[in-house]
Amino acid sequence: MAVLGPGSASLRFGSVLLIVLILCGSSWTRDVLTGRNDTRPEPNREHHDQDQGHAANATKHKKAFPVLELNYDYVRMPFEISLWILLALLMKLGFHIIPRVSHIVPESCLLIFVGLLVGGAIKAIQEKAPVMDTKLFFLYLLPPIILDAGYFLPIRAFTENMGTILVFAVVGTLWNAFFIGRMMFAVCQIEAAAAAHVSLLSCLLFGSIISAVDPVAVLAVFEEIHINELLHILVFGESLLNDAVTVVLYHLFEEFSHAETVTVGDAFLGVVSFFVVSLGGILAGVIYGVLGAFTSRFTSHSRVIEPLFVFLYSYMAYLSAEVFHLSGIMSLIACGVVMRPYVEANISHKSYTTIKYFLKMWSSVSETLIFIFLGVSTVEGPHNWNWIFVIFTLIFALLSRVLGVVGLTFIINKFRIVKLTKKDQFIVAYGGLRGAIAFSLGYLIHEDGDSKNTRGMFLTAIITVIFFTVFVQGMTIRPLVELLAVKKKKESKPSINEEIHTQFLDHLLTGIEDVCGHYGHHHWKDKLNRFNKTYVKKWLIAGERSSEPQLISFYNKMEMKQAMMLVESGSAAKLPSVMQQREPRPERMIPKISKTREAEIRRILRANLQNTRQRLRSYNRHDLFMDPFEDNMSEVRFRRQRVEMERRVSSGSGSESESDHQNRATPSVPNQSIRTSARNAFYHKVYTYDENESARPSDSAALLDESNRSADGQSERQKPTRCLSDPGPNEDEEGISFRSS
Amino acid sequence: MGSRASTLLREEEIEEIKKETGFSHSQITRLYSRFTSLDKGENGTLSREDFQRIPELAINPLGDRIINAFFPEGEDQVNFKGFMRTLAHFRPIEDNEKNKNPPATEPLNSRTNKLLFAFRLYDLDRDDKISRDELLQVLRMMVGVNISDDQLGSIADRTIQEADTNGDSCISFQEFIKVLEKVDVEQKMSIRFLH
Repeated sequence: MAVLGPGSASLRFGSVLLIVLILCGSSWTRDVLTGRNDTRPEPNREHHDQDQGHAANATKHKKAFPVLELNYDYVRMPFEISLWILLALLMKLGFHIIPRVSHIVPESCLLIFVGLLVGGAIKAIQEKAPVMDTKLFFLYLLPPIILDAGYFLPIRAFTENMGTILVFAVVGTLWNAFFIGRMMFAVCQIEAAAAAHVSLLSCLLFGSIISAVDPVAVLAVFEEIHINELLHILVFGESLLNDAVTVVLYHLFEEFSHAETVTVGDAFLGVVSFFVVSLGGILAGVIYGVLGAFTSRFTSHSRVIEPLFVFLYSYMAYLSAEVFHLSGIMSLIACGVVMRPYVEANISHKSYTTIKYFLKMWSSVSETLIFIFLGVSTVEGPHNWNWIFVIFTLIFALLSRVLGVVGLTFIINKFRIVKLTKKDQFIVAYGGLRGAIAFSLGYLIHEDGDSKNTRGMFLTAIITVIFFTVFVQGMTIRPLVELLAVKKKKESKPSINEEIHTQFLDHLLTGIEDVCGHYGHHHWKDKLNRFNKTYVKKWLIAGERSSEPQLISFYNKMEMKQAMMLVESGSAAKLPSVMQQREPRPERMIPKISKTREAEIRRILRANLQNTRQRLRSYNRHDLFMDPFEDNMSEVRFRRQRVEMERRVSSGSGSESESDHQNRATPSVPNQSIRTSARNAFYHKVYTYDENESARPSDSAALLDESNRSADGQSERQKPTRCLSDPGPNEDEEGISFRSS
Repeated sequence: MGSRASTLLREEEIEEIKKETGFSHSQITRLYSRFTSLDKGENGTLSREDFQRIPELAINPLGDRIINAFFPEGEDQVNFKGFMRTLAHFRPIEDNEKNKNPPATEPLNSRTNKLLFAFRLYDLDRDDKISRDELLQVLRMMVGVNISDDQLGSIADRTIQEADTNGDSCISFQEFIKVLEKVDVEQKMSIRFLH
């Protein structure tokens, strides 16, 4: 148990227990995934015995009513799946409890290692282990990860570097595939390799499988090292976009490896096919994205199912693309990217949080399962260890990556404004990890029928490369980043200044481009924005938000976030002191908030002052409470409830309702009413949709979305404090149904 | 172009501009042809009307300010040198410039000078401070007419609050630089003039 480290005795015991559980669980679950009907003999036998016994006795007397029965078959499938997932997650949890290990070794390595152990254990019991079924992987495990990545893709960084990313993804992958394929074919001709039967096309197929950088592995490793945005988006974007190339190459070579000759026409069709696959995938994604955005326009009537639309439309985009052998990954990304700005303008805050957390959750589970399965399948899979083949594959994979990156950067730098330095190139080359996609594609290869087990040889080589990149490169990239002093990601709060000035600079640059007559980046971006504003937003965003300028929505989001953050410390008692802190700076007094916002704020306060007697929950940043800013609260309801509330409040502290009345009448600074409310010790809850606490340990990708970053708790700005009501299941969609306090 | 011999660009002018702005020969000639195509009056200078004839500039929220930025203080005409001097701010910063012997004065396209150019677009009265009113004006231009004054005012106040470190409720140039330190100005304020 070296991986578990020298923990305390209880930890060791706990980990032993976990391993035992996994062994039991895995021996139960093996059948699910291999689909065989190999059942556990004992219960059935018992059952049969019982039946026979009963049958024998039936003639004699009535069967005794079974008080306790064992019927495992009924729940077999879901039981085993759930057990497997549970064990995987417990493992993941275990790694974080043991602090030292998780700092040195990236999580993906640990999970693969666990998978190896489990696989080994299963093999020792001489049962067949569940292997990573290709369908399982591509249809169930991969989409959540890609959707999570695509939905929270930092658009600005992505589009600014789109050219570079595309060059790396397309040209780089092609170069890798052909280089490795050709070299391996040469290697196979060597006497010692004993692999002379492998044809050129098979080698090219092998090359195309192993050439693609894997998004899952990249995400898993890069997220923990907090590298700067540019490098992150370069490697990650490349791993996403090379899917189209991989799909085309794979299908191309697979088809051809069965044919005898390849003509120029075939090659030409291959090129055409590439465009069809990538553009078709994007088109499919865009269509579903627009549909999803359009649907979200009408979901104000039924808020609970809003997140489902996002998930289902995206998944449908993926599946539809897969139907036509288009690039499912690109379709998924396109769908998420297109859908997101409109959906977020339409849905409620709670739905937004739900979407975010569900995506993080699913992708986390998927990632964990993928790595564990990778480990298990390694032990299980058909292996054919061919020293020369494997070693040379490894060497050529690394070599081609380095050559490809260096060569392409040389060309790309001629066109970039901000050039890529040697350090950047090194990280990009080093971050080219291979992962489970390569493995699954390898699994898909049809065996040629000869006894040489070519497929096994390929699989072994693929696994070796995957292991090398994930373990060696994954583990060493963090110290290397430190050593080379690569720029790290800058943590920054959302700043209204940055937003304003960035937009200002956008306009400025567009203007200058127009003066020069140069139709560049800014010109087209401006045109797109204009088109978006005049036509698309009107169709896809509900209500008056369709005409809300981006700056305003950004500002509103910031304000709301900050209002939540202000009560982050949690207890009501602290609040008066927090408020008083602000007093000695009168010159920084908050200016008047606009009337509509004031009204809105007051309305929300009224609504929530109702439940003043609710117990204060203990502070927990992960609690999701009801969102007081539901857009579907109608004015009428509020007026009615306000009346109700006033009646109640007036029966309580009389002075407060007076001041409330006064403050409602006059548009004075709402701070005073807040202070009185605060002093009357209303309970406050914490409500945060802070990116920092996502399920993924260090969620850099999401942090890049500037408009959703959590504001610093010590903001100077006074905000009306929110009295949040206790969430109840019936409180959400029907507006606020006030329970008696 | 025979009839316009007087306005043709002379070699020594090109050299001067090259030294001052750092543009290459081909870039200067390209931009000169653009200059002449804008110059409908054919007198070797551009007036404000010439700029306003550019259609996209008319719909740009900052169009007027950009046009004004080309014209030096109080003048109504700008010649080619002035045109190039303004455009030089948007030249990409090249790495090899840092290695060669650094020029005596800071090149026009250094990060500070780029930011100064942007700052001057906010700060119309040239008092080296962006006041609340100046900020409000820019916000109003960018946001359009549908937003109330109050809301814009609160945005402006918040902006100043975030940036202001010395408490004068204006944004000075230093504060402006500090606020934008995380923004990649070298990339954002550069235009790739094609070779």
